[in-house]
Amino acid sequence: MSVLVSARGLTRVYDIGRGWFREPAHLQAVGGVSFELAAGHTLAVVGESGCGKSTLARMVTLIEPPSSGRLMIDGLNAVTPPASEKPRLRRTVQIVFQNPYGSLNPRKRVGTILEEPLIINTNLSKQERRRQVLEMMAKVGLRPEQHSRYPHMFSGGQRQRIAIARALMLSPKLLVADEPVSALDMSVQAQVLNLLVDLQAELGLAYLFISHDLGVVRHIAHDVMIMYLGVVMEHGAKERIFARPLHPYTQTLLAATPGMGKNRKRIIAKGELPSPLNPPAGCVFSTRCPYVTDQCRRERPVLRPLDERLVACHYAERFLEQPAA
Amino acid sequence: MTAETIPTPVAAPNTGPPHPLAEFWLYFRANAGAVVGLFVIVGLVVVALLADVISPHSPIITNNTVFLKPPFWQAGGTLAYPLGTDAIGRDILSRLIHGARLSLLIGIAVVVLAVFAGTVLGLVAGFFRGMIEIVIMRLMDITLTLPSLLLAIVIVAILGPGLMNAMLAVSVVLLPHYVRIARAAVISEVAKDYVTAARVIGAGRMRLMFKEVLPNCVAPLIVQATLGISTAILDAAALGFLGLGAQPPTPEWGTMLADAREFVVRAWWVVTLPGVAILVTVLAFNLFGDGLRDALDPKLKR
Repeated sequence: MSVLVSARGLTRVYDIGRGWFREPAHLQAVGGVSFELAAGHTLAVVGESGCGKSTLARMVTLIEPPSSGRLMIDGLNAVTPPASEKPRLRRTVQIVFQNPYGSLNPRKRVGTILEEPLIINTNLSKQERRRQVLEMMAKVGLRPEQHSRYPHMFSGGQRQRIAIARALMLSPKLLVADEPVSALDMSVQAQVLNLLVDLQAELGLAYLFISHDLGVVRHIAHDVMIMYLGVVMEHGAKERIFARPLHPYTQTLLAATPGMGKNRKRIIAKGELPSPLNPPAGCVFSTRCPYVTDQCRRERPVLRPLDERLVACHYAERFLEQPAA
Repeated sequence: MTAETIPTPVAAPNTGPPHPLAEFWLYFRANAGAVVGLFVIVGLVVVALLADVISPHSPIITNNTVFLKPPFWQAGGTLAYPLGTDAIGRDILSRLIHGARLSLLIGIAVVVLAVFAGTVLGLVAGFFRGMIEIVIMRLMDITLTLPSLLLAIVIVAILGPGLMNAMLAVSVVLLPHYVRIARAAVISEVAKDYVTAARVIGAGRMRLMFKEVLPNCVAPLIVQATLGISTAILDAAALGFLGLGAQPPTPEWGTMLADAREFVVRAWWVVTLPGVAILVTVLAFNLFGDGLRDALDPKLKR
């Protein structure tokens, strides 16, 4: 099992201007995230709005550079890539966005949209490009006659198929999917997710799957990483985490997913997500955690291995005794 | 049961959305003024193109036997000079016809120049932001604070009078509008995911600016350009009237007005007719531009 992506302490800090005469504020969107992703595997990044999961996606896709940390993709340094390696990196990582209505240029035909990665990155002939485009369209479930249509003639699910096709045109090894189904209907979500699963099996793709929907994650992920306020709370194999969440935040997330189980214990996080401009001094979750103690407010827990996963909670052992959900 | 019958819905032939041009015409047609404007503009273009064929006389050759002849329907007028002659015996109709050619040329050339330069500046400002944007936009703001005609006069005074310099001056005056519109459109487009997606597949800066973003910014620019043609014609005529634009004997409408100033009491037609020509042309372009804006504005679509 070869490691495709390896991130060590990825951090992204934004400077927020506060007028001419005040120092800019520092907003830490992602604070020291580390993970490894093997080829052909799916790592799901889960968390509520503003937890830094999209920023993580943008860093891994090289849309914006990390403020600090190390990022290796397919053996290449992706933080400060030398100009000679940039094209190779670009072909290795591609992205699918959340909103299929904004991610396709409304003035271009589907064929042109899909052809563009090849025009920019290869020297293929026109016929060869067209052949590859049609092949990819068939792969994602689009009909050949849709080649010369405009994006506005398609439904959301079809557009997302076009976006996936565009991302796959360069045969990447890693596909970053930034909430690819959250803008779609339930039934269409399932179609697109199944397409992603099929494509993974066929092409051996690795997915960095950003989502806030644990139901979707349960369906598609191998590993799960739970983020809160830019920090990893719990990270491990899907089966482990879903069976017995050891972090109170994971527990609240799982408790919040609709399900049909009886006598489910509801754990409800109090209050609102704190401002990332002014994060809590201790554990970032301490302001909302039902089990909070003074130690939590003082001391930030480190991510440590426990029960075959990583968890960042002082009292994670306490939840080991609980019966598996 | 009620006596009324529910009309069975006529099965609309399901052919998908109409062609963009057909859809545009559907909305444009609803605005009668805009359609009239369009027809006037088409008429003017035809007249301008066929000026040499349809004008009864040369626009610049004087005939010293016919000074200030009134139009044919007034006492003393003849059908040989349907709209009369001016103070040095030139046929006014011929001069108006040739003037149409000039006015349209001025309007279009000025707007093309202003749109081209304005779009590039706006694209650069909206794309690069930061210092470049501040410099460009503050320069445009300064230009906007000056009264447009005054600014045009200053520019012509520096460059020297003449049709070319007048056109250049009017372009500079119109420029800020296009820069602002282009910049605003670019900023809102650049934030969209398709631009990021293009960046991820490796599109260069030029490709992003001109192939991805620009085509999505043209609709407001087209509308402003149509409205700008009328402003350009009017300003160029004003410069001509002040003696700073087209120089006599060029049959430019504003210059014709200036030449005829002293006869305003004695021979009304020498001043009125070029004025009416300017009025009709400017009005036509304004009505057309308004209709265009309404037809292209997705927020007004029913």
